[in-house]
Amino acid sequence: MNGEEGFRDGEAVRVKSHFKAGHVRTPFYIKGKTGWVERCYGEFRNPESLGHGGDGLPRVRLYLVGFRQKDVWDGYDAASQDKVFVDIFEHWLEPAAQAGP
Amino acid sequence: MAHEHGPGEEHEAGPRHELSHWAKRAYAMRALLIEKGVVTEEDIRQQAELTESRTPANGARLVALAWTEPEFKARLVADPKKVCAEMGIDATTLNEFVILENTDRVRHMVVCTLCSCYPRPILGRPPDWYKSFNYRKRAVNDPRGVMREFGLELPDEVEVRVHDSTADMRYLVIPARPAGTEDLSVEELEKLVTRDSMIGVMDALPAVPE
Amino acid sequence: MRSTHDMGGDPEAGPIDRSQHQLDDWEILADALNQVAGVKGIKRTDETRRAREEMDSKAYLSLSYYERWIASLETILVEKGFMTREEIDRKVAELEEKWGEP
Repeated sequence: MNGEEGFRDGEAVRVKSHFKAGHVRTPFYIKGKTGWVERCYGEFRNPESLGHGGDGLPRVRLYLVGFRQKDVWDGYDAASQDKVFVDIFEHWLEPAAQAGP
Repeated sequence: MAHEHGPGEEHEAGPRHELSHWAKRAYAMRALLIEKGVVTEEDIRQQAELTESRTPANGARLVALAWTEPEFKARLVADPKKVCAEMGIDATTLNEFVILENTDRVRHMVVCTLCSCYPRPILGRPPDWYKSFNYRKRAVNDPRGVMREFGLELPDEVEVRVHDSTADMRYLVIPARPAGTEDLSVEELEKLVTRDSMIGVMDALPAVPE
Repeated sequence: MRSTHDMGGDPEAGPIDRSQHQLDDWEILADALNQVAGVKGIKRTDETRRAREEMDSKAYLSLSYYERWIASLETILVEKGFMTREEIDRKVAELEEKWGEP
């Protein structure tokens, strides 16, 4: 659930793939990829505001999001259990259909 | 370090002709910040000293204790900043601090692809290779290849978890405790905990046979 | 659209250079100035990051790590009115004279 409650642990999420000008902490390679919420780290000042002299408020939830490497990279060993985890702020995530880990 | 002058000093005794464009501007900005009363020489000197005092020994102490005391490890994992404070490690500048524990089945490796975020209070300044473009480029999509370059060949059944620490979290890896170290003291164990093993690209050093 | 600094997963990347260079005085200074500016509330980490991200691609890739730090700190100090680029130019000239450079 995105909203007041935020995403739940294990919930499938997709990283939004739009381009946003300015200071953004969502890496290009993970945009559009689907993974799962490993855990919520709490709320933090928004770097997209902080980077441009703002106060970073309101705070934004930050999630540890896990992805199967084979879902992220073409050519990654399909049998591999390897994962990549990225810290992603809530406004870069949307609910996805795919199941978690 | 073989420097005649600390960064808080004026470098009266040049010559500094070998300085690059940006190095000169660093000294100019320093002089201007002091002249304008924004910071003092003492502020800069103290900061440089604090930075020098932060070394991987801090992390090694945490790891060695975590290896030997399960109760300590549980507290470290649950609240790393609190444990650092108890141990006199100033981690207050870290927004959040997360411990990743390697096991026989799962290995962690840390990178920051967007800049070079690093748990400086725990490990000191990041090494050059960590800041290199090739590490930032390859760590996420070729972690096994990176580890191979560091001398570590991982079996397929071990799961590699790369952490791209792009936001407020800073990560420290607890490497697996080397075999045959049951009788070593915490101080002896600390010596086996290398910086690179706490970033996750290598194992801790093997126990030195007697 | 992908910025130069956002380099994770580049398939063209080569081997990692594991050699370590001894930090020069100016690099230690660059490090300390950035930290002090943060501690004193002059700038936030995300601001200097942003300044580095805005560097043109050629500069980002050719400058060394601490050169990028100094360049980004300059951008923020100028942006926030702590000093002007001209003041820095003049101070560089003054220091060069003092250091005895031609």
